[in-house]
Amino acid sequence: MAGEKEPGTRSATGEEGGEGIATSGAAPSSDYDHAGKGGASPRQEKGTDGAGGIPSFDVTMRLRRYNPELDTEPHWENYTVTMYGTDRVLDALSKIKAEIDGTLTFRRSCAHGICGSDAMRVNGRNRLACKTLLKDLDISKPVVVEPIKGLPVEKDLVVDMEPFFAAYREVMPFLITRGAEPTRERVQSQPDRERFDDTTKCILCAACTSSCPVFWTDGQYFGPAAIVNAHRFIFDSRDQGSDLRLEILNDREGVWRCRTIFNCSEACPRGIQITKAIAEVKQALIARKL
Amino acid sequence: MQTHKFDVVIVGAGGAGMRAALESGQRARTAVLTKLYPTRSHTGAAQGGMCAALANVEEDNWEWHTFDTVKGGDYLVDQDAAEVMCKEAIDAVLDLEKMGLPFNRTPEGRIDQRRFGGHTRNHGEAAVRRSCFAADRTGHMILQTLYQQCVKHEVEFFNEYYVLDLLLLDAKDARTGAEIEGMDERPEGGSQDHGPAGGPVAGVPAGKRVAGVVAYELSTGEIHIFQAKAVVFATGGAGKVYKTTSNAHTLTGDGMAIAYRRGLPLEDMEFFQFHPTGLAGLGILLSEAARGEGGILRNADGERFMERYAPTIKDLAPRDIVARSMANEVREGRGAGPNKDYVLLDLTHLEPAHIDAKLPDITEFARTYLGVEPYTEPVPVYPTAHYAMGGVPTNVNSEVLSDNTTVVPGLYAAGEVACVSVHGSNRLGTNSLLDINVFGKRAGIAAAEYANRADWVAVPEGAEAETVAMLEGMLARTTGERPAAIRRALQDTMDANAQVFRTEGTLKQALSDIERLKERFSRVVVQDKGRRFNTDLLETVELGFLLDLAEVIVLGALERRESRGGHFREDYPNRDDVNFMRHTMVYRETTADGRLVNRLDFKPVVQTRYKPMERKY
Repeated sequence: MAGEKEPGTRSATGEEGGEGIATSGAAPSSDYDHAGKGGASPRQEKGTDGAGGIPSFDVTMRLRRYNPELDTEPHWENYTVTMYGTDRVLDALSKIKAEIDGTLTFRRSCAHGICGSDAMRVNGRNRLACKTLLKDLDISKPVVVEPIKGLPVEKDLVVDMEPFFAAYREVMPFLITRGAEPTRERVQSQPDRERFDDTTKCILCAACTSSCPVFWTDGQYFGPAAIVNAHRFIFDSRDQGSDLRLEILNDREGVWRCRTIFNCSEACPRGIQITKAIAEVKQALIARKL
Repeated sequence: MQTHKFDVVIVGAGGAGMRAALESGQRARTAVLTKLYPTRSHTGAAQGGMCAALANVEEDNWEWHTFDTVKGGDYLVDQDAAEVMCKEAIDAVLDLEKMGLPFNRTPEGRIDQRRFGGHTRNHGEAAVRRSCFAADRTGHMILQTLYQQCVKHEVEFFNEYYVLDLLLLDAKDARTGAEIEGMDERPEGGSQDHGPAGGPVAGVPAGKRVAGVVAYELSTGEIHIFQAKAVVFATGGAGKVYKTTSNAHTLTGDGMAIAYRRGLPLEDMEFFQFHPTGLAGLGILLSEAARGEGGILRNADGERFMERYAPTIKDLAPRDIVARSMANEVREGRGAGPNKDYVLLDLTHLEPAHIDAKLPDITEFARTYLGVEPYTEPVPVYPTAHYAMGGVPTNVNSEVLSDNTTVVPGLYAAGEVACVSVHGSNRLGTNSLLDINVFGKRAGIAAAEYANRADWVAVPEGAEAETVAMLEGMLARTTGERPAAIRRALQDTMDANAQVFRTEGTLKQALSDIERLKERFSRVVVQDKGRRFNTDLLETVELGFLLDLAEVIVLGALERRESRGGHFREDYPNRDDVNFMRHTMVYRETTADGRLVNRLDFKPVVQTRYKPMERKY
């Protein structure tokens, strides 16, 4: 894993790192300030862009950079870009990549909060970059963006997701039934369907798991997302595999590691009440013992 | 470079790819290559539902569904394919339910159904409740459910592998089976007769043969060759040729462009669907389910303008008609907002509890991205590029065609990348989720069965050379233009000149713009010279795909001097069945002096029981 440093810490990467990307115009020294096209002036309200147009403003993005081919440690770089009222953190990152430094690396796909590619830490809080509007942040200060914590950093804002998906796969996240299949659909009442609705919303972005202090210190912990996906089946009236899943989550790295810190619920971009779901799994385990 | 050997390689892990994998994986050794993680695929963004004539809430049957699909596609639909899709829709929905998909339920506990644009009772009498749904995240639940099943069945995924080339050999050059020294042949009977009906028989080489794919591993920059007996393309759409689009950044038409560059035709590419209700200025999709649940479109005067354009089913007319009506309102000065450049989607008469139960995600989009509260305020909307009706031509077995009739043995395609053609010139809402499930399943079964009876085709020496040369060329250049400006210029010209309204003049403008952009692209420079996670490089490759596809879209649109479905020519505003009741086929060919040129051809439409009629709603 790339070294962890607090925001604001300069990490001296040395000048040798600059050679390999000489054409990039992005010397990888710490705290280098870059200005985007049209955005070189200090931060200010720029008024509107044309009649009835959208207000524009300058914003400084302070990004945690790490290139495994050049750097020994992560470092910080600042970029100032001109953005608009409906722009999101992802738009700012895309603009920096397009206009200032093509080496900036992050994952993104749907760009409206559905695919779960772009979970990152924005001003110390896990969020989806595509769902975080710049105007909702305090842009009088640099917007600090770093990779989610607890997973190995691969490059810039990209982390290795495999440990996260491995934990997900372990909880048997699929419908388990016994006996012959019905010819038509299985019948499920509306209240039974409603029972697990909240946890069906999960997009596996890892914002919750990587916000959990227990997960940071113990990477073996299943983490909130895996428990959410177990919950989705444990409370599905059609499923007959609950005992197996509860047994897995009764493990020492299972549901009892949760310390009810609520970081996960706050981080979830889908508004899932994760801490509640975990509590319900704990209750199911206690009820089973009785 | 690494090499791998699988019976079946599936390219893409959205709905079609994973549905295919579930079938293929249980029959043959299968690998799924995806440039994302499976759960990031854009199937997950689909909202409103998946139609099937379950008749759970009112009378319905698959024949009515077929008729609606054919009429919705303005009669350019191949009717045999539409029949297959609508008939198999019922099992496709039931399959998903059995896999665990949490559909909304009726009070009796059956799968609930709701209205959707263009889906009607008894050949157009009135809207019918046919769409099976899970709130307004049906695509999300389909993607999650299929991934869950892939986990259960231990499907082998290669995540963040970009397929950049298809190994397609002329059959006369393909060395197969016993001709290949040292190939480990699995026992098989009748290996000499390996083609499906119409395919080549050994000893009579004709057409093309598949040998595998070339892929680029994002995390390391390494090239991989996947040798395969069968390849399934399930790479999705190409919405990023446009600026205003509901599509993900990653929908760059890779599979279409790769097939096209390998000499396979692209069918009906001029038909691109503009979804009526994109969030104004952003293009983010608000499902047609908003109108299925009672939402109404209004102009600046508050008028329900769809009453004028589609008196019978009004706001639930098919998407091409609604999108055109909206654009027309704006053009005639009745648009809302400070610039009069959008219309309004009004949900304020619906109960907030009803909105929360049926449309939670899309109302949150309005709040998050536009700061509009849909309980009390109408939502600004404008058409957004949404879906490619065209693509790689296939037959009902999901086999890819190299001309109007010839099957490419071992090559399959399903979902948005393919053109079966069940959507004709305009896809009905919900029929894409249906398409991926029905034809994804068919592709998976057919590919595995083919692989189990076919010979290996030898991978030729240096099969990766062209791909490597392309990448190294981009990396080696140190001065030149960055890709972003070219991409933006492409998207600008496509939005301005090849969108809802088109004329010969605008299309010619687009064509000359694209020509110039291609020239600029030949000197494009990639800033990131690294090997690991070089997204700068891959985005540049994707831009090359987009440029090729934009050209094909515009060429088809220029040639089609009529208006039909999603393609509207202001200079030819009527449908012309005499000259254009036929599919467009575009081939890339190399001239004797080495230039690349496009050849246009046509393919007949399959009509079975429905004769073309005037399309009124």
